[in-house]
Amino acid sequence: MTGAEILIECLKREGVEVIFGYPGGQVLPIFDKLYDANLRFILTRHEQGAAHAADGYARATGKVGVCLATSGPGATNLTTGIANAYMDSVAMVAITGQVKSFLIGNDAFQEADVTGISRSITKHNYLVKDVKDLARITREAFHIASTGRPGPVLIDIPSDIQLAETEFIWPKEVDIRGYKPTLFGHPGQIKKAAKLIMNAKRPIIYAGGGVITSGACNELKNLVEKLQAPITWTLMGIGDFPATHKLSLGMLGMHGTAFANHAIMGSDLIIAVGARFDDRVTGRLDVFAPDAKVIHIDIDPSSISKNVRVDVPIVGDAKNILGQLVEEIKKSPDISEWLNAVEAWKKKHPLKYKDEGKIKPQYVIEQIDEATKGSAIITTEVGQNQMWAAQWYKYTLPRTFISSGGLGTMGFGFPAAMGAKVGCPDKTVIDIAGDGSIQMNIQELGTCIANKINVKVAILNNGYLGMVRQWQELFYKRRYSQVAITSPDFVKLAESYGALGIKVTKKEEVRPAIEKALKIDNTVFIDFHVEPEENVFPMVPAGEAINRIIGGLA
Amino acid sequence: MRHTISVLVENKFGVLARISGLFSARGYNIASLAVSETLDPTISCMTIVVEVQDEKILEQIKKQLNKLIDVITTIDFTKKEHVERELILVKVNYSVKDKAKLENIFDKYVGKIIQAKGNTAIIEAVGDQQQIKQLLEKLNEFGIKELIRTGRIAMAY
Ligand SMILES: Cc1ncc(C[n+]2csc(CCOP(=O)(O)OP(=O)(O)O)c2C)c(N)n1
Ligand SMILES: [Mg+2]
Repeated sequence: MTGAEILIECLKREGVEVIFGYPGGQVLPIFDKLYDANLRFILTRHEQGAAHAADGYARATGKVGVCLATSGPGATNLTTGIANAYMDSVAMVAITGQVKSFLIGNDAFQEADVTGISRSITKHNYLVKDVKDLARITREAFHIASTGRPGPVLIDIPSDIQLAETEFIWPKEVDIRGYKPTLFGHPGQIKKAAKLIMNAKRPIIYAGGGVITSGACNELKNLVEKLQAPITWTLMGIGDFPATHKLSLGMLGMHGTAFANHAIMGSDLIIAVGARFDDRVTGRLDVFAPDAKVIHIDIDPSSISKNVRVDVPIVGDAKNILGQLVEEIKKSPDISEWLNAVEAWKKKHPLKYKDEGKIKPQYVIEQIDEATKGSAIITTEVGQNQMWAAQWYKYTLPRTFISSGGLGTMGFGFPAAMGAKVGCPDKTVIDIAGDGSIQMNIQELGTCIANKINVKVAILNNGYLGMVRQWQELFYKRRYSQVAITSPDFVKLAESYGALGIKVTKKEEVRPAIEKALKIDNTVFIDFHVEPEENVFPMVPAGEAINRIIGGLA
Repeated sequence: MRHTISVLVENKFGVLARISGLFSARGYNIASLAVSETLDPTISCMTIVVEVQDEKILEQIKKQLNKLIDVITTIDFTKKEHVERELILVKVNYSVKDKAKLENIFDKYVGKIIQAKGNTAIIEAVGDQQQIKQLLEKLNEFGIKELIRTGRIAMAY
């Protein structure tokens, strides 16, 4: 078989259903074989769109997302999407063409050192130098991408290798001596953790994206219910646990609920699961949760004790560990006083906004939540839209909130929605967007229409790069520097692609517009003209203790 | 404080770039680096001396190294009984009358004059950090013109 045939055979054997990508000179042999390979291919309008779509597909389905691009500019266009997947630990395999192996290093046409460029934004990468290695490398790439702490793996394949012939040998198993993720927690550590838990007076569970990756939501729920302890989560952890549950405190951190932040600050035991104590969560580190002992469950040893000091580290897969931990907890601690305190914070500092004047973005999201009964897949762009989407939609299921957490990539939400819809065609998929962000990958409208991928885009059009404007308002004396942004007529734009556009300027039009969009079997842009200077509250200024909350309503 | 760690890695192209890239991307300082094949030709050994403020950073470095797919194992010599050696080449001022005096030094230190020509001599010497430091102080008397060091290598008992 040729290298290109081997690649496609490997993708099929890995169970790949769809590839997002874009052709070019150095991947011609692969595209020639794709021509009759009977593998779904989605031609995006930009390689960045392909990478984000593969990412959204992976997050929505739990499978490995695959994207493919040519050498040089094709590959560099993928890099933002690869970095995005890396920061959020998303299983992805990115395949790039490379100039012929004997030209590498020659500054050949469309040559870029893609393994060099992507080294620090991939979990691992490969430059294939011999076609005999291709099957093994592809097998390893999928294994590495999807196991342990998942992440993107890039395979760079020179075009002569795609044409070279060899016998196809499918490696029976993967054996990489330097890569053996720890799956089972140390029993002694689990016992220690159980002991801490049984003696805790003010415990709180702090859950991250790792719970979803591990498929540990049920085990997490068992822990919460056994302890009857409050639970908070990170942006990536949205969907770990139903937001509608009485013990849920919602998201914590910079734009988390005030009561979640007060609760973690006042706790005497933090049970962290698949979360990494990011600076957006902890705020000022030296005053973070001063009385709390920390149990940290994570599959990545390097996440443990990186930011906060951990008393009981447990390395391994959250599902296994939580299951064992719940068994080890012989009696739940009496924490009724603590629950009263938490309840009081909840009453005193509820999440709220003033519903007056123009359309409030929070209102739009509440309406989307009601109209979809909290069961849609929501993707977001980055900025205020993202925070409101995190705060005001009531997620009850894992893999229903898809957002660029670690990298904060504007332009992620729309192509990610596209990928999610391809992976979950029966679900309603809605991108909650900002007017700035949507313009960063708006070309993917073409992809949606051409492939009949019906996603809904709710643009919270505030005329601003709102989150930056908010910081300038609060911390730079309202000196608005380059944050007002114009937009095209989104209705006409949508129509020009063959999608439907709806413009909404009055509050009473909000719900009908959403209902209409949900009913129509097409991609829809809803352009909500919202209050231009609405702020996201609560808010903790960067670098402050996370109970130093600002914002009139907090 | 300086710590010596050895990293056993797959002997493949690009691995050195992964290791050095990890250090630069995360702002860790490499004081010295020595790389070579091991008895098993599929494995290379990189001995790295790192300069870190606290143990926490050292822990993080080791964890990050272990995370690399091509890293097979890391050995931290900080709390291990081990030997360390470094090879140096030193060019010093030289005249025939210095010969005996120079050779005297090598009663105490492992080294020798490899070549003496005109008014310079090239000396090679091997030792641990302390020995090399002392030796260099001694050689300073003659006037050091040039110094090249291999970087440290280490072996546990
Ligand atoms: C690619 C990229 N460039 C710049 C930023 C910095 N940034 C963060 S939020 C934001 C404003 C986003 O504006 P918009 O999409 O309109 O969202 P809003 O905050 O108004 O809801 C900017 C510029 C970013 N996160 N990503
Ligand atoms: Mg905006």
